[in-house]
Amino acid sequence: MKLHEYQSKRIFAEYGIPIPRGDVAATPVEAREIAKELGGPVVIKSQVLVGGRGKAGGVKLAKTPDEAEQVAKKILGMDIKGLTVEKVLVDQAADIRDEIYLGVVIDRARQKPVIIASAEGGVEIEEVARVNPEAIIRLPVDIRMGLMDFQARDLAFGLGLKRDHVNQFVRIVKGLYQAFINTDASLAEINPLVVTGEDSLLAVDGKIVLDDNALYRHPDLAELRDKQEETPAEREARAAGLSYVKLDGEIGCMVNGAGLAMATMDIVKHYGGEPANFLDIGGGAKADKVAAALRIILSDPKVKAVLFNIFGGITRCDEVAKGILAALEEVNTNVPMVARLVGTNEEEGRQILAAASFPSASTLGEAAEKVVALAKGA
Amino acid sequence: MSILVGKDTRLLVQGITGREGAFHTQQMLDYGTNIVAGVTPGKGGEWVHGVPVFDTVKEAVNATEANTSIIYVPARFAADAIMEAADAGIKLVVCITEGIPVLDMVRVQSFLREKDVRLIGPNCPGLITPGEAKVGIMPGHIHRPGSVGLVSRSGTLTYEVVQALTNAGIGQSTAVGIGGDPIIGSNFIDILRLFESDPLTDQVVLIGEIGGTDEQKAARFIAEKMSKPVTAFIAGRTAPPGKRMGHAGAIIEGGEGTAQEKIKAFEEVGVRVARLPEEVADIVKERL
Repeated sequence: MKLHEYQSKRIFAEYGIPIPRGDVAATPVEAREIAKELGGPVVIKSQVLVGGRGKAGGVKLAKTPDEAEQVAKKILGMDIKGLTVEKVLVDQAADIRDEIYLGVVIDRARQKPVIIASAEGGVEIEEVARVNPEAIIRLPVDIRMGLMDFQARDLAFGLGLKRDHVNQFVRIVKGLYQAFINTDASLAEINPLVVTGEDSLLAVDGKIVLDDNALYRHPDLAELRDKQEETPAEREARAAGLSYVKLDGEIGCMVNGAGLAMATMDIVKHYGGEPANFLDIGGGAKADKVAAALRIILSDPKVKAVLFNIFGGITRCDEVAKGILAALEEVNTNVPMVARLVGTNEEEGRQILAAASFPSASTLGEAAEKVVALAKGA
Repeated sequence: MSILVGKDTRLLVQGITGREGAFHTQQMLDYGTNIVAGVTPGKGGEWVHGVPVFDTVKEAVNATEANTSIIYVPARFAADAIMEAADAGIKLVVCITEGIPVLDMVRVQSFLREKDVRLIGPNCPGLITPGEAKVGIMPGHIHRPGSVGLVSRSGTLTYEVVQALTNAGIGQSTAVGIGGDPIIGSNFIDILRLFESDPLTDQVVLIGEIGGTDEQKAARFIAEKMSKPVTAFIAGRTAPPGKRMGHAGAIIEGGEGTAQEKIKAFEEVGVRVARLPEEVADIVKERL
């Protein structure tokens, strides 16, 4: 789950990381009031959960409260990569001298948290990694010891910080690491960490991504979820305990198991079709879950045919067959479908579908070929 | 026994009184697995399908000499269950549970490094040595004994490949599901190394997917250290970047972890990559 910039920075502040003075506005008048309160020039920043806000015109400077109101009026309601701006952050403008990148992620290979830092901040770290990989410092941390002072100092000197800034930097990087651990984050990032004209460090922009599997121990953070992070279909899928990702193709796929679901998409493509979605109904799904999954697939108007690929282990093919038929009674559709059911109770499942004249296939290849033909014929 | 589980396995089921645990205990017993004990804190003294239940893993190990544990404990208690098993001297821990927080697994791995234990999973279907022992949730009947080893990050996709092999008359030595999480106990190389030195395994099938760089590392290992042929299948060629495809570990991040780069890594070292699950069986058959 992604947090907005303003939410992330508020968490950073709780860990002693200096952030610009500022507040969030949902209307131009509110933006004006905040700018007036702050005094001096401000930055108006759209709060949407996608990168590239600046390039899209979603971040603008305003010198006066009047200007802040006008700028906020333009940005609020703006569409950035398909997301509507509903809030702006109004921050005191910083006098930027240098920009540093500072982030914490999990290093999968080392199986440890790793601090990533670069003196080339202000751009995406992936871009730095591509263009100038030696400008990136990686510091793996022993989770049982935590980040030690000397490691943080090493990092500060490695970045070439002035001696006056080292102690402040140590506090910031330790605060960021602690915020990462305490919120069960998968990413905590300050970009840029700015060296200001007043010669101090300031976290001007930031981002936290939380581990969904750990949200149960952070009910306060779980409440921060922005409904814009997901499409309505993705939200419905999550509520139903389904794993769903929308794609751009025309063949809906319903599969049990993530690996098999990916392989099914690949095979659809192999036979000349384009998958409309990834959808894993998980293990042991009952009829109601299958029905919810089918509703979600059919809510995508681009879907021209649907493929069911079920390999029954804990999942029973007869339950899936019943779910398909139950859903079809509810959802009136003429989208053609093909089912391939194998494994636990496959005979019962096939009989249920055959009784309803539902087309089926015995191998995955055959099913994919059939569904692609149906989609092209429709 | 080929690798990890077999007739010598003395299995302990953690979470045996839960719905999943009790169901799969019955399934594993039906397959012929030697289950000697179960553990659920607070339920010691009960019996599940004729298996005695203990309050702690230590008690269970002392009473029954269990050497392998399988975990069906809910995600929020699973990390603790893994460490309890390792601390009690269990040598092989198999964690089926999905949804364990990543930082919990980082702590678990840090703890396990000091113990003489191997972890399979979490978020995996377990492992099976056909005809000997099933320590997992896979449908047992699709397997048959043979000489092809399987190692996979996936569950049902592995069943698909196993079924294709069995239909083609090709049996399996051991099939190991290593799990779909970003932090797992045993990776491809750990299992490939065991298959390479196992006299009952003649060739290996590796089933990978998007996310991380374990497949690329496995490709290098195969080129440098393996004499037995390996056939690979990689899922997720059509997966978009930045989206988690069901498995917590199946995500292309920062342009890294695509199916294309994994396929390329295998092909560069001469490992054949099948495009369809059925095709795996065709390639394996050529090499018998």
